[in-house]
Amino acid sequence: MIPELGHFALVIALLLSMAQALFGLGGAARANFAWLAAARSAAVGQFVFVALAFGALAWAFVQRDFSVLYVATNSHSELPVFYRVAAVWGAHEGSLLLWSLCLAGWTLAVTAASGSLDAPFRGRVIGVLGLISIGFQLFMLATSNPFERLVPAAPEGLDLNPLLQDFALAVHPPILYLGYVGFSVAFAFACATLIEGRLDAAWARWTRPWTLAAWLFLTIGIALGSWWAYYELGWGGWWFWDPVENASFMPWLAGTALIHSLAVTEKRGLFKSWTLLLAVTAFSLSLLGTFLVRSGVLISVHAFATDPARGAFILAFLTFVIGGALLLYAWRAPRLKSSAAFEATSRESFLLVNNALLVAALSLILLGTLYPLFMDALELGKVTVGPPWFNLMFLVPMLPLLALLGIGMHAGWKRGFLGNARRALWVVAAASLAGAVLIGAAVYADLRPMTTLGFALALWVMLSALVIPLARLRARQALPAAVLGMAVAHFGVGLATFGITGVQSFKIEKDFALGIGDAASIGGYDFRLTALRDARGPNYAGVEADVVVSRNGEAVTVLRPQKRAYNSGGNPLTEAGIQVGPARDLFAALGDDLGQGRWSVRLQYKPLIRYIWLGAILIALGGGIAALDRRYRARLPARADEGAAAVAP
Amino acid sequence: MKLPLRFLVPALAFAVLVAFFVVGLKRDPGQIPSPLIGKPAPDFSLESLGDPAWKVGPGDFADKHWLLNVWATWCVGCRQEHEALLAIARENRVPIVGLNWRDDRALALRWLTQLGNPYVSVAYDPEGHAAIDWGVYGAPETFLIDATGRVVKKQIGPMTLDIWRREFVPLLPAGEAKP
Amino acid sequence: MIRAAALVACLSISTVAAAVDSGQRFEDEADQARYERVIRDLRCLVCRSESIADSNAPLAADLRREVETLIRVGRSDADIYAFMTERYGDFILLKPPVAPRTWLLWAGPALFLAGGVAIVLIVVRRRVRIARTDPAALEEEPDRL
Repeated sequence: MIPELGHFALVIALLLSMAQALFGLGGAARANFAWLAAARSAAVGQFVFVALAFGALAWAFVQRDFSVLYVATNSHSELPVFYRVAAVWGAHEGSLLLWSLCLAGWTLAVTAASGSLDAPFRGRVIGVLGLISIGFQLFMLATSNPFERLVPAAPEGLDLNPLLQDFALAVHPPILYLGYVGFSVAFAFACATLIEGRLDAAWARWTRPWTLAAWLFLTIGIALGSWWAYYELGWGGWWFWDPVENASFMPWLAGTALIHSLAVTEKRGLFKSWTLLLAVTAFSLSLLGTFLVRSGVLISVHAFATDPARGAFILAFLTFVIGGALLLYAWRAPRLKSSAAFEATSRESFLLVNNALLVAALSLILLGTLYPLFMDALELGKVTVGPPWFNLMFLVPMLPLLALLGIGMHAGWKRGFLGNARRALWVVAAASLAGAVLIGAAVYADLRPMTTLGFALALWVMLSALVIPLARLRARQALPAAVLGMAVAHFGVGLATFGITGVQSFKIEKDFALGIGDAASIGGYDFRLTALRDARGPNYAGVEADVVVSRNGEAVTVLRPQKRAYNSGGNPLTEAGIQVGPARDLFAALGDDLGQGRWSVRLQYKPLIRYIWLGAILIALGGGIAALDRRYRARLPARADEGAAAVAP
Repeated sequence: MKLPLRFLVPALAFAVLVAFFVVGLKRDPGQIPSPLIGKPAPDFSLESLGDPAWKVGPGDFADKHWLLNVWATWCVGCRQEHEALLAIARENRVPIVGLNWRDDRALALRWLTQLGNPYVSVAYDPEGHAAIDWGVYGAPETFLIDATGRVVKKQIGPMTLDIWRREFVPLLPAGEAKP
Repeated sequence: MIRAAALVACLSISTVAAAVDSGQRFEDEADQARYERVIRDLRCLVCRSESIADSNAPLAADLRREVETLIRVGRSDADIYAFMTERYGDFILLKPPVAPRTWLLWAGPALFLAGGVAIVLIVVRRRVRIARTDPAALEEEPDRL
């Protein structure tokens, strides 16, 4: 009964999305205020019914209702309740429902908070969001119904993929989706602006906190995925340039460029068309990611059950939404001119370079991800574009970006006045270089050019980011949230760079065949296998090993890697034993049982790896702090006069 | 209405992308085509599954078309295609040679006894060296080799009578069916 | 069907006894370093998101053994990659070959960078020119509401 109600709620939600789109866009076009009000009500209603549908599915999972096909495929009677809820988004159909819920949520938030906006503009924003909602709900109802019944009901479920039975990975999709989907707000704003054919700086100030919030979630979502892969997948990697990872990283890069572009539009009224294009691009990349994961055009372990028929539907939807927005852009953007000017070394200039480099980065990732598809489609054969290519090529735009970041933070608006910062920056540059050489030589006894460059750039960015807040504090000047946020976020970038340089340069990964009593040594640490025993959980059984770690004879820790076989399916999983330290992680994972009491054990020494995720957290934190700046919370009067638009003759 | 061309660039680039996706949806990126097609079949000389003293290799089948079927008892798809292989063997058009890949000899022999044996001979490859030479990456795989000893076709995944008729039979010389 | 089986293989203990001792294989450190580098450059055809160094699949173990054998008989890195691509095609290389069909791939990032720089120069030059001719434009800010 509940699943049917959920299905019904989804149908109602679709109807409300249609109303939302129709009344929002139509009402704006006709200046019909009744319609505009109806659109807002439809938006609220849509959220309610999507939430009900989501709740119904969650209920079916919690109640172990195996007469629902999706529940039977992704759950198990012994699955702990937390994972039963997380299983809602564990596969294709449910994850679409999560997408729709996030979209409905953002729509509700925008509807509620946009009272100060011009009514027709607001209607257009809500209308565009409605169009997108229609797409997802229609997709679900037509091809991917999470409420489909299984008759006769299964006696037992197939269990949630054991990989997903983990806290970090359970929360990773909701956070990630809040980010992906959150870019739809900026997208809708951009479309509404393009439809109206004018853009003023208040628009930029309005859009920025929404974009920051979405971007913040996406940052955390990506970091969670990376961290999870490291401790769960057993081979100690943290980024694979897998198509689905790239599908989340590209919108992030576009979103970063967007935030920075919005800053210029807000301050000087410049880069309007760039900002609009970035707003369209960021969400377009989110949608593209959705397509790539579910259509089967690319190989990825992340991919949901692939189905070209579903892929065709999404592609059609993509073409309509993105193609429509880009045509709108081509039609309307030429009108948006600004007459302001800036000097060559101004902040505007640096931000322009920053965005060019970020767009170059996302373009190369797109190229590398899709190149196998291009070649296959042109019948040129199959090729793999893997980490060796990406790791090398990503440096091409990134190295200049990191170098310029240190200076750009301090460049003044309009004229590029560095002022007191100039002297400080020379000191920072010297300190960075010295620090990099010192770390390489003294700590790792290994001075390689790329490594030294990496450390130097990391220190450069970190120290440079600290200069402004420290200077202000010393002069007892105010430190607005926006400035503090910027400093924290940029510091995070440097910190992540620091971690990446360390781990990529100095990591050691080796496999050993160990029996009880055997030892191996890497990175100056000795690892001895001292025990093997059974390990049991609510829905798994396995083996746990004790690996005693010592250094120079002194005990450091005991790692306890596990290998689990889940009761429901025969997929054994590795749980690595990891010790976290300020300078390094020590990592042990069980590989294969080699027989006769010996196991293949993967040992890893990972210097500085934690700083990658710590850096990401700081990036997100910085964004959050910046979003709370007072100027975003002031109520904006409705745009009354046409004069607010800057249209060149 | 003037339309500066550069503003159309994003839309055009997107259109190109969509075109590729449309083609991409029809293709399977997971199917790795064999670089062996058109090349001489890699040689091997392996013990026969039934009798270790006996050796099996491509040389045994010179001057005629033959199929090499890579299989193992642990392979679910091999179980699925077994009926089709038996049917193809009954047609008597081409001999089917088995390559038993990374398997246990006793289990493999029992499998053939229980389920029927479509093979004229089976090469036993417990180490997988020959399989690697043939570019095998997942069982089952089936190769068609022509009378000049060249690999002409590879089927990745279970063989079905439908695939056999549509894709393999046209490549056979006419009139090879024997009573 | 193959995909389901492949996924199980990627996540499971090898069902056939394979010597997965992929640790120290060589006495000579240079050989060991070469081995470790080559196996990280070859893609596992079963667990496609991993190199054969990282993969648990039996095929990966077999391929690692082939690489070891080839190094022992003194073949160069290029020979080993050729050995693999003759059997499995370019797909098995994690780093795409440099050939006419991949020139666009290898040149792409540099081209994107160049394109970005070009656009920046055009835009900056235009704005600086405005700044020279119209000082008021340099001060211009949108109305603060």
